Amino acid sequence: MNGPLHLWLIPLLPFAGFLLNGLLGRRLPKWLVTTVALLAPLAAFGAVLGDAFLAATPMELRSWNGLGPVPHLLSFPYIETFGQWINVGTFHIDFTFVLDPLSLLMLLVVTGLGFLIHIYSVGYMHDEEGYARYFSYLNLFLFFMIVLVLAGNALLMFVGWEGVGLASYLLIGFYFKKTSAADAGKKAFIVNRIGDFGFLIGMFLLLANFGTLTFSEIAAKLASNPAWQGGILTTIALCLLFGATGKSAQLPLYIWLPDAMEGPTPVSALIHAATMVTAGVYMIARTHVLFDHSPFALSLVAIVGAATALFAATIALVQNDIKRVLAYSTISQLGYMFLGCGVAAYSASIFHLMTHAFFKALLFLSAGLVIHAVGGEQDLRNMGGLWKKLPVTFAVTTIGVLAIAGIFPFAGFFSKDAILYAAYLHGTDGKILWSVGLVTALLTSFYMFRLWYLAFLGESRSERGHHHATPFSMLGPLVILALLSICGGWIGIKRFATFLAPSVGANTSDTGSAHLEFMLSIAAVGVALLGWLVAHQFYGQKTGRPAKLAAALPGGYKLLANKYYVDEFYAAIVVKPLMVISKFLLGWVVDTALLGGTAWLIGGIATFSGALLQRWQSGNIRSYAAWLAAGAAAVILFVLVPWATVLGSLSAIHLGVAGQ
Amino acid sequence: MNSLFTQDVPLSWYLVLSAALFSLGIIGFLIKRNLITVFMSIELMLNAVNLSFVTFAHQWHAVKGQIFVFFVMMVAAAEAAVGLAIIIAVFRARATLAVDRIDLMKL
Repeated sequence: MNGPLHLWLIPLLPFAGFLLNGLLGRRLPKWLVTTVALLAPLAAFGAVLGDAFLAATPMELRSWNGLGPVPHLLSFPYIETFGQWINVGTFHIDFTFVLDPLSLLMLLVVTGLGFLIHIYSVGYMHDEEGYARYFSYLNLFLFFMIVLVLAGNALLMFVGWEGVGLASYLLIGFYFKKTSAADAGKKAFIVNRIGDFGFLIGMFLLLANFGTLTFSEIAAKLASNPAWQGGILTTIALCLLFGATGKSAQLPLYIWLPDAMEGPTPVSALIHAATMVTAGVYMIARTHVLFDHSPFALSLVAIVGAATALFAATIALVQNDIKRVLAYSTISQLGYMFLGCGVAAYSASIFHLMTHAFFKALLFLSAGLVIHAVGGEQDLRNMGGLWKKLPVTFAVTTIGVLAIAGIFPFAGFFSKDAILYAAYLHGTDGKILWSVGLVTALLTSFYMFRLWYLAFLGESRSERGHHHATPFSMLGPLVILALLSICGGWIGIKRFATFLAPSVGANTSDTGSAHLEFMLSIAAVGVALLGWLVAHQFYGQKTGRPAKLAAALPGGYKLLANKYYVDEFYAAIVVKPLMVISKFLLGWVVDTALLGGTAWLIGGIATFSGALLQRWQSGNIRSYAAWLAAGAAAVILFVLVPWATVLGSLSAIHLGVAGQ
Repeated sequence: MNSLFTQDVPLSWYLVLSAALFSLGIIGFLIKRNLITVFMSIELMLNAVNLSFVTFAHQWHAVKGQIFVFFVMMVAAAEAAVGLAIIIAVFRARATLAVDRIDLMKL
């Protein structure tokens, strides 16, 4: 039985919150703004929970009341169509929402985490200017993210895709009076647009080759034609991958995410760690049939993911801004998810997406508390010894660090292990991918414990020591997230994969043994502990070892501290040439010379002819009358003279002359 | 023998007369300086047109042309009343009726 679930309610509730707070927020009292802002995601989360409950209720529970066997309370995929959007010839786009295990899980993460972070924001943004504006943007983000997740076709997904980009832009540039924040917002938007170009081209190619953008129809067409491999499918998959690298901050388009840390910290937690940046992973999982039919594109996904994971992790080793360490860590973890997708272990990838959302949101929110406690300072070198001041924050951060490092039995262990295991089993290049993932795990463990030691242990290096009690609204979400970071992985990849199988297909490459899985787990935990040990050796005591190592390898340290000079490289090869082209070719040649010249020419003609014709306007009434009479005479002449005859005789004369 | 009085005057004669009167009106309008003469020239043009109207009305046995003439005469009478009043007002204000000198709306 598929009763109407009113899926449209889920996105529209946050949208109503956006409208209310966005239009009226400045006039409403603060408590009302807070109520609206919190109710919108709470109601959406409630609706999603209700749907999840319907989906989870087993049929035995339903049949005891004598109604007989009720097949399913909610059978997947559940599709709701709200009307036509585009209907041109054979091209149909409907407003369709699809609820299946994949979108249900994403919805739970998005609305659940969204609600927690809204609560946290109440405390965090309490004294900030633009309180209502902040919450209206946050609600707008939820609206678009839910549209993205629920979309049943690529175009509707693109609406959400662009919308979350817009919300991200607005929230990164929330402190728009700061030039760096405004610039970071623009950078994020423009870099995302470059990726969106790939997504768009991919959609056009889908439309040209499949005649539809509906995911289920594309999957059906591919299923009926299993021999169709590579070729145009590779092109489409690569275009979609390019779009995903933009949104999910992968090589080569990751550069916007570190700068996005200019936004308020809860925004970094919600948008730039837990939800929006995972949209690329979600999109690949959603269109996985295309990737399954293109081994080349799939292996490129894995290579991009592995390369990004390692690349970002090395940068994170030496960053000193607490939020930037977390940003590079996010890029690195997203690389893991791509790696998982690339070895066709979509459920492992989504599993890691979920657990990462828990512990990374937790880490960001704790970082926000740390930053508040030391008076807006973000430099790890100026922190230290905070465990005394912030015992709860210290405890939950420890949980988050253990989780991201992949230490048993925290959430990150299970998901990371699932990805590494799938990578190890994947064909010939799997071993390479696995070792890259393992090295990244080592680095991850090291830089996270580095952050932990620098911020919380040791001596206090902070001058500004004022600290006020943390409100419960900020600690509550942290505790919930900490619990999720501990238990989130206990469901286990097997059950998780079974749950997701209707959406992303079963993982067919399961050829390993329990013994191998155990050995790989031991290796993963081993490198995590090794990373901890090294971090302890470097930062546990005041040894001066980091400085010595940096001095011993000045080139390497400088390269990492300057993030491999990628920003500078892009500035040199993309931004500068664009500026030159804009300034000289478009600015001077086109604008000044071509457009300005044309305008000047037309203006000159008008001025000149005006100067000639103004003599006509003598101001002498009799001259006007004379022209009037002359005009009337001309009209009469025109009417009376039989032009056809005249012209005929004229041409006859002409012909006669020519004939002689 | 057909006398001049028993025979109809040909159509063209009327039209030539009408055209001549109209042209005289135009010329008078253009070259005369006295406002009253200019005004009379306008009347002359109107009546030249009236003449063609009745001519054609007679020719085609259509009464519409004659009705038109009545309208024109009526409007011309009204116009004459208004026009002469304006001329008197102008003369009182400027003490001249030369059209070249009356080239400003402002006093």
